[in-house]
Amino acid sequence: MSSAFEAVAALATGFATTLKHLFRKPITEAYPEYKRPLPARTRARIILTRDPDGNERCVACYLCSAACPVSCISMQSAQKENNRRYAAWFRINFARCIYCGLCEEACPTSAIQLTPMFETCERDILKLVYEKEDLLVDHGGKDKEYNFYRYAGIVTDIGAKGEHIKEDKPVNVKSNLP
Amino acid sequence: MDWIIGFIFLLIKLLVILVGLLLVAAYLVLVERKFLARLQIRYGPNRAGKFGLLQPIADTIKMMVKEDTVPEAAEHAIFKLAPAVVAFTALFMFAVVPLGGDITIGGRKIPLVIVDLNVGLLFVFAMSALGVYGVALGGWASNSKYSLLGGIRGAAQMISYELSLGLSLVPIVMLARSFSLVDIVNAQADYPFVLVQPVSFVIFIISAMAESKRIPFDLPEAENELGAGYHTEYSGMRFGLFFLGEYVHMQVLGALTAVFFLGGWRGPLLPPVLWLFIKIILVSVIMIWIRATLPRLRYDQLMALGWKVLVPAALINIVITGAILLM
Repeated sequence: MSSAFEAVAALATGFATTLKHLFRKPITEAYPEYKRPLPARTRARIILTRDPDGNERCVACYLCSAACPVSCISMQSAQKENNRRYAAWFRINFARCIYCGLCEEACPTSAIQLTPMFETCERDILKLVYEKEDLLVDHGGKDKEYNFYRYAGIVTDIGAKGEHIKEDKPVNVKSNLP
Repeated sequence: MDWIIGFIFLLIKLLVILVGLLLVAAYLVLVERKFLARLQIRYGPNRAGKFGLLQPIADTIKMMVKEDTVPEAAEHAIFKLAPAVVAFTALFMFAVVPLGGDITIGGRKIPLVIVDLNVGLLFVFAMSALGVYGVALGGWASNSKYSLLGGIRGAAQMISYELSLGLSLVPIVMLARSFSLVDIVNAQADYPFVLVQPVSFVIFIISAMAESKRIPFDLPEAENELGAGYHTEYSGMRFGLFFLGEYVHMQVLGALTAVFFLGGWRGPLLPPVLWLFIKIILVSVIMIWIRATLPRLRYDQLMALGWKVLVPAALINIVITGAILLM
C-alpha cells in the first residue's frame, strides 16, 4: 500500500515539475531578433588588420597559408620600394575555411585575425572567395598597439641582432641558397 | 421529398463535422507543439505567421507536395491502403458522438449526431479495433524490420489495451442502461459519471492513451529504438494520413472521455457544441501534459500494466458497481 502511495507521490512530483516549467520564461534565444553578444575571441570571419600607423601588417610570409589545414589561404608576395614585403594579392576561400584559427596563431605580425562575425552565408559559393580588399580592414583588430617593425630586428638593452645569448650572427639569406 | 431534405441535412452535418475534425486536428498539432515547447521552456513554432498560426497550413502544403515514395520491396497495394485505414477508422468513430441535443430548423427535429446507433459504444470499439489493421498492415507491408517490429508492437499493445478500455466502460453501460452514446449523455443530466466512476475514468484515460499510441505508450513508433516504427517508410501525404489519424484519434478520445465521464455536451451557459469542444481540448491538453512528463514504458512494463493492473482493476470495478446497483 505504501509503495502505491510512493508511486502516486512520485508521479505527482513529475507533473508538478513540468507544470512549474510552464510558467517560466523560455530560455530560447530567438536568433535573428536577438543576437547573442559573442566573446571577442570567437573564431569566425577572417580579417587582415593594419598597425597603429595605418600600414598593412601582412608581410606575405606564407606562414598562415602553410599552417592552414584545408589550404584555403593563398597569396602572392611582393616588395615595396623600402624592401618591405607585402601581399600583392591575398585570397581566402571561406567555402573551404574551417575556422580553426591556426592562421591567426601562425601569424608573426598579428595581421590575420578571426572575428566573431559569422553571418557570411551566400547562395553562390563563389561569393565566399574573399579577395584582399574584402579582407583588409582599417583597424588593429584584437591587438591594437602592436607594430611588428618596432619589435623585430632592433637594438634592445640586451643587445642588437645576433648578440643575444646563444644566438647566431645574422646570415645573408641570398648567400645560403642551395 | 421528406427523405431528400433529411439526406441534405445529413450531408451538411457530415461536411461540417469532417471539416471541423480535420481543421481541429491540424491546429491540435500546433497546440501540442506550442504547449509542449512551453512545458520544456522553449517557444515552439513561431515563424510561420503570428505565433506560428500558419504553421499547420505550411505543414499541409509541405506534406502534399512531397514525393510519395513506395519502397521497392514493399507490398504495394497494402502499403498504400494502410494509412487510409488509420485515418478513416479514426474519423468514423466520431459519427456516433452526440454534439448536442436535438435542434429544430423549419419544423424539423434534427439530432446533432450523424447516427444515433443503439450499439454506438460497440461501433466505437469495432472501429478502434479496425484501426489496429492500419498499424499492423502498414508495418508489415513496408517490408523493413523496424516497421515490422513497430507494427507487431502496435498490434499487441492495442489489442491488450482494447480489453481494459472495453471493461472500463461496462460500469458506464450498467449505469446508463444503454449502448447508445446519446442515451449515455442523457443519463448524465444530473451529474457526470466521473463522480461515481473515478476508477473507470482513470482506467479509460490510460487505455485510451495506449490506444492512440501517445507518448508513455508510443512503443509502436518509438523514435529512438525503431526509427519511426510502423511509419518509417512512409513519406508525403501517406505519412500525413497516419499523423492526421493520430490527431483525429486524440480528438475522438477526448470526445469519448467527455461523453462517457464528463457529461458530453452538457454544461451551463455556453452552447452544447462549445462545451463538447472545451472538454475535447481539455482532455487533449492533459494528454500533452502527460506526454511532457512521463518517459516511454518498457515493453514488459506496458504489458504488465495492461494485463496485471488495469484488467483486474476494471473487473473488480464492474463487480462492485454491479453489487451497488443491485442493492
